[in-house]
Amino acid sequence: MSIIILLILISLSIAIIFLLIFYWSMKSGQYDDTYTPSVRMLFEEKSKKSSNQKLNKKQGVTK
Amino acid sequence: METLVKTDLTCYHCGEPCDDTLWKDDKSFCCYGCQTVYEILSSNDLCEYYDLEKNPGTQLRYVPEETYVFLDEKDIRKKILAFDSDTFSRVQFYVPAIHCVSCIWLLENLQKLEQGILRSEVNFVQKTVTIDFKPQAVALSSLAKLLAALGYAPKINLDSENKTKPSVAYDKSLLLKLSIAGFCFGNVMLFSFPEYLGLDQTDGKLMQIFSWLNILLSVPVFLYSDSDYMASAWKSFKQRQINIDVPIAVGLVALFLRSVWDIVTGFGPGYMDSFTGLVFFLLIGRWFQNKTYESLAFDRDFKSYFPLAVLRLKKQSDIGHEDWEPVVVYELKKGDQIKVRNMEIVPADSLLLDEKAFIDYSFVTGESKPVQVNKGELIYAGGKLIGQPVTLVVEKRTSQSHLTSLWNNDTFQKPEESKYKRLIDRAARRFTWVILGLSIVTAVYWYNTDPTQVWLIITSVLIVACPCALALTAPFTYGNMLRVFGRNKLYLKNADVIERMASVNAVVFDKTGTVTHGSEPEIEFTGELSDEELSWVSTLTGYSTHPLSKLIHKNILRRSSAFVAGFKEFPGKGIEGNLHGNFIRLGSAAFTGFHERLDDASSTVFVAINGEVRGYFSIRTAVRKNIQNMLGRLGDKCEAMLSGDSKADKVLMSTLFHPTAQLLFNQSPHDKLNYISNLQHAGKKVMMLGDGLNDSGALKQSDVGIAVTDDTGVFTPACDGILQGDQIGNLDRFLALAKSATTIVKAGFVLSFMYNAIALSFAISGHLTPLVAAILMPLSSISVVVFTTVAVNVVARRKLSDIPLG
Repeated sequence: MSIIILLILISLSIAIIFLLIFYWSMKSGQYDDTYTPSVRMLFEEKSKKSSNQKLNKKQGVTK
Repeated sequence: METLVKTDLTCYHCGEPCDDTLWKDDKSFCCYGCQTVYEILSSNDLCEYYDLEKNPGTQLRYVPEETYVFLDEKDIRKKILAFDSDTFSRVQFYVPAIHCVSCIWLLENLQKLEQGILRSEVNFVQKTVTIDFKPQAVALSSLAKLLAALGYAPKINLDSENKTKPSVAYDKSLLLKLSIAGFCFGNVMLFSFPEYLGLDQTDGKLMQIFSWLNILLSVPVFLYSDSDYMASAWKSFKQRQINIDVPIAVGLVALFLRSVWDIVTGFGPGYMDSFTGLVFFLLIGRWFQNKTYESLAFDRDFKSYFPLAVLRLKKQSDIGHEDWEPVVVYELKKGDQIKVRNMEIVPADSLLLDEKAFIDYSFVTGESKPVQVNKGELIYAGGKLIGQPVTLVVEKRTSQSHLTSLWNNDTFQKPEESKYKRLIDRAARRFTWVILGLSIVTAVYWYNTDPTQVWLIITSVLIVACPCALALTAPFTYGNMLRVFGRNKLYLKNADVIERMASVNAVVFDKTGTVTHGSEPEIEFTGELSDEELSWVSTLTGYSTHPLSKLIHKNILRRSSAFVAGFKEFPGKGIEGNLHGNFIRLGSAAFTGFHERLDDASSTVFVAINGEVRGYFSIRTAVRKNIQNMLGRLGDKCEAMLSGDSKADKVLMSTLFHPTAQLLFNQSPHDKLNYISNLQHAGKKVMMLGDGLNDSGALKQSDVGIAVTDDTGVFTPACDGILQGDQIGNLDRFLALAKSATTIVKAGFVLSFMYNAIALSFAISGHLTPLVAAILMPLSSISVVVFTTVAVNVVARRKLSDIPLG
């Protein structure tokens, strides 16, 4: 009997924590722009790309 | 010299078709602007820009060097910067040209182009870029200049910044209310399960704990989540009006108080699951309806058309040495000398000091042909200068000019809401009276049979009467419709516009930019010229600044490298020059020696090579595609066409429009506005389609004002909706769709009334148990939502079946 009350309290407080996390994420602007981050994460790191680019350029010139 | 012409050649940078004269690294370019951007990027190892998307660039619009100098003025700088210190500054620019992945990539790699930039971040949805930079290393104006040089010219508006923020804040609070209601609803449901399963007999104490937890969870919903409804109901109650929120609020209050009473007195488990569920559904509906196009602005006034700053002659300068300083337009006073450059807009009514100037008034009057102004004549604010820079003397301050006087019209003063009683509110008023009557009848009946039950029954009636399903019908129908329209490139300001669109019975068009393409007249050559000769004509016209020459030059893609000898321009007649020993003349019929008569519906430019007339260019305004079919289907609903232009196109227009439609020319902005309000006095619901500043009064006055534009990034006047130019041929379909939206809403009303009737029969007979309420209420809400969503999509598919969805 008393154990169920304890469980309820635990589950409720966990749920409230999630609600607060949601509140925080909303306030910090994570829902302001839902498109750009999805693209941004696919951009390659610069260092690798630049060497490729130079190669391409050289080939273009010799053609 | 021969020119090779490949027809499928496109610019590597912007994808526009181009001639093959500009090459760099095996890539072709349409103009030096595009090539320059490519060179900047390739020299900085930023060519990934071209790998992410094909032809990601936009064609450069000419931006003079000093355009952004005013940004370094202290006051302006302060207004624009989001954060400023000696070593770190942050600025947010609105960049309408952002349109693809490549744009994001390039704008977030700005630090590779300019050392002083620390970091830049793009918000694609709002089309903004936020730049952190070191103010001691790079000036704000050079940041803007850099963006402009890359084809991402920022639009700077000193007022806009404080305007955009509140809407975002509102959106957030709605989201928070929604999330809290959802959270409480879910948990209340869990605690109500034992009740549904009939466990209350076995463990009464546990049940009581659950019930008290339910109260605890419902309090935030009651106090916070539904506060919009309560506030709106209270407001309209105070004004002795009944809108849809009044019966909702009454129902919600009855539901909550009755449940608290039941639980506190131990009478029963209450209806908290229904209560939180209803609020949750209502908020979802509201959220769904709030689809906004954040990057579009619907509420512009004249200020957004004008330049922010101009060059003014410094008063205390020495004679012979001219010293110009940038100054904010609003500080201009009568007598100030200002300098306006090519493609810039004249900010205030002023007198011309130079010999002559060509002014394009299409912004103000809709007339697309530039007007020649001579020394000492008045140039009205809003005109765009074409050609040589000129010096002007300000006659009137910007706020008092000819153009801005339009904004002092009453139309722009009165608030917008009061105009229209929404369908849903009319339904709610009738509904409320019915419920009131029913409650009284029930109360009388139960008072006579069993007086102890009266209060319980009455609250039950009020609970079921809460017209949540009714309230959900409109948001979901219109919300879905907004999305359908958005997919078809008609962007509406809000859901109410759809309802007003449905009642439209008169449509009025503007001509330039709406029925016709604003900026691209159709150029046709009649006669015979070889490719080489065409290239000569193009080269020759390139030497002239006359608007017609410029048009011809722009429309012939072939370029010759031949040198023009003996170029001469004869004002009012034409131009001449020698290319490869061939004497070429372009201009009027008399100038070139052409003697037959032509109909004068369009402007013509004749070409004579070595004294022989070879043909002529006819330049006519190009009518948008599909518009004739659309006007045919629209029939006599099309009330009129109002044009600021001269009658040159009257013949063409009369073939397009329905015979009953009035064709009016030489209309000033005030004439247009008055025409619309006269129609409204005659009891018509008017839809106005226009594009320019000259239509803004009419757009605002009309019941539905739609701005037509080819590029949603450029400025549109204040309006209810923005329509992509190539979609204007579907206007009649959009109107039909809006009409069926109201039919769907009415069908949804019938459905929700049915549920209400069933629930009321339970309540009146005294059988509304919490279990019945818990099943019936969400069921009605969900079925209404499903019905409207499915209906809108089916109707949209049927009505728009021949339009490819983009």
